[in-house]
Amino acid sequence: MDIITWTWIIVGASFALYIGVALWSRARTTGEFYVAAKQVHPVLNGMATGADWMSAASFISMAGLISFLGRDGAMYLMGWTGGYVLLAMLLAPYLRKYGKYTVPMFVGERYYSQTARVVAVLCAIFVSFTYVAGQMRGVGVVFSRFLEVPINTGVLIGMGIVFFYAVLGGMKGITYTQVAQYCVLITAYLIPAIFISIMLTGNPIPQFGYGSSLSENGMQLLNTSGGYLLDKLNDVQKDLGFPAYTGRGSKSMIDVFMITFALMVGTAGLPHIIIRFFTTPTIKGARASAGWALLFIAILYTTAPAVASFARLNMIHTLNNKTYTEAPSWFKNWEKTGLVAWKDKNGDGKIQYAKGEAFKGKIAFEPGVVGPYGERVVTTPLDEKSASELYIDRDIMVLANPEIAKLPAWVVALVAAGGLAAALSTAAGLLLVIASAFSHDLIKNVIAPNTSEKGELIYARIAAGFAVMVAGYFGIHPPGFVAQVVAFAFGLAASSFFPVIIMGVFWKRTTKEGAILGMISGIVFTAAYIIYFKFVNPDMNKAQYWLWGISPEGIGTIGMLINFVVTYVVSKITKEPPKAVQDMVASLRYPREI
Amino acid sequence: MAVKDTYEAYWKQNLIYIVILLSIWFAVSFLCGIMLADQLDNIKFFGFPLGFWFANQGSEVTFVILIAVYVKLMNALDIKYDVHEK
Repeated sequence: MDIITWTWIIVGASFALYIGVALWSRARTTGEFYVAAKQVHPVLNGMATGADWMSAASFISMAGLISFLGRDGAMYLMGWTGGYVLLAMLLAPYLRKYGKYTVPMFVGERYYSQTARVVAVLCAIFVSFTYVAGQMRGVGVVFSRFLEVPINTGVLIGMGIVFFYAVLGGMKGITYTQVAQYCVLITAYLIPAIFISIMLTGNPIPQFGYGSSLSENGMQLLNTSGGYLLDKLNDVQKDLGFPAYTGRGSKSMIDVFMITFALMVGTAGLPHIIIRFFTTPTIKGARASAGWALLFIAILYTTAPAVASFARLNMIHTLNNKTYTEAPSWFKNWEKTGLVAWKDKNGDGKIQYAKGEAFKGKIAFEPGVVGPYGERVVTTPLDEKSASELYIDRDIMVLANPEIAKLPAWVVALVAAGGLAAALSTAAGLLLVIASAFSHDLIKNVIAPNTSEKGELIYARIAAGFAVMVAGYFGIHPPGFVAQVVAFAFGLAASSFFPVIIMGVFWKRTTKEGAILGMISGIVFTAAYIIYFKFVNPDMNKAQYWLWGISPEGIGTIGMLINFVVTYVVSKITKEPPKAVQDMVASLRYPREI
Repeated sequence: MAVKDTYEAYWKQNLIYIVILLSIWFAVSFLCGIMLADQLDNIKFFGFPLGFWFANQGSEVTFVILIAVYVKLMNALDIKYDVHEK
């Protein structure tokens, strides 16, 4: 059977599974809708959190980014796992003890202020929408490449599925569906990695495989002598003019440091992750749940660098200095989607890959015209500074990897299903945050406090449905700035929620004025910096103009520090919080009611 | 000990655990994986340069262990100070 038949079968089966799980676990009360009635076992909650966290970016894009960035790329690996240590020790147990439904609700009660709560609602909604748009786009890309339906149809199908189980099942439905989705996505990620690891090094564990020597078979495949795989990769990189794969990349140390920190703290401040720890039955369970979540995430995150180096080696080997006709079929398949492109700059008929960019700007093709070798004709201006003739979108590395390594068709199909599972599970988790922020924090608390539980449940479902529509719209008409906006999501979470929650738990004396001014100064600083370099003056977005060499992606760390300092100083000089609030803070610290 | 002192001592011990574990968290990722990575790369750890390994896998594995240790310590501490959930 060919790839497309396999893909329809596997994707169809996985969708049927998700729908089945959703029907079995639909929500009947607001408690079930918001926090799955606090009945989720820590191991299952860990799995669900893993699927919630690992988005299209983790599954599809991360290994590709690393394979182009080398050691610098590890900032994503450390940044997107280290936050769980902070969650387990500084946030999860205390917020679970608090025992209510949403992050804005905690902020509002702890800081005895509706203003604080409304600010938190707006932040939560903004961060979540930013994220969800990217997921829908990921769904569209997978559909268009593997099922050969137009991207828009793909987005509509994805919307339909998410709508069905998020609106029906709420947190309960989402959690159990995410458990199934974790299983699909981790299998899909590991199987090709294991296959390729055996092919190249004979070691079936990819985490060790990419630190091993090439096997006989691997040497033959890559047409090279023996030695450690990473040493080979470093040699290949040097031959093409790139820095060594395992060494320092083009980013400065301070920037890598700041980005890693911002990602960690941002992770710990993301409402859709924090809310997961409200669903376990006990406080003990909330701590354990963070550990299980990180374990399940680490299985994928330690495989990713292996996938990255295998893909890099295979990609260079199968393309560099080959003629277009010799190029493998995956190259031509992806060329159809416009995510790879080639222009024979030096006229030797062969594909050359080298340091630098082949083209200046967004890739565009002359419609319907083919070049002398059958390639699509690129109309984008050439970048003459580089000898590179090849454009490869980083996002395709994971999806194309099984094809690059010539794995059987069902493996390729499985990867497609895994990518969809990753995107859908994250989208659903985010939609729930939007729905609960809207129905619980805005309608029930601010606009119409008399709403009955039944009414609130209806509002929550309407809000979730509305959010699916908006997400779908952005999936079909992606704003050009999706990638830039992601820096926002982490920067905002790092510079707003994280300090406010930590201070709220660990320092009783933190006042309403301190928290509000802290949040505002952190956000305004971070947002202004990002907006200036990403939108107002993108030409200046270079290391020499940055504050202390810190890129907009890493500036959230500074924003967080500003927030901490402002909150501390203002709290010191304002009237201490009411006794009831201080008692509440004290009670958060002990698992039992005291 | 008065009840209030017991609670204070429990919270203090929790803070000590957090400070120790977060120091390790910082050391493996920011020190070994970023600031000292170039120097550590001169040391080979199986087929990996050591700094590269810390950044790519060592930190992640340590993070998982840190949470597991914290969970164990706190479960014991909850019982010792009799503040565990019933």
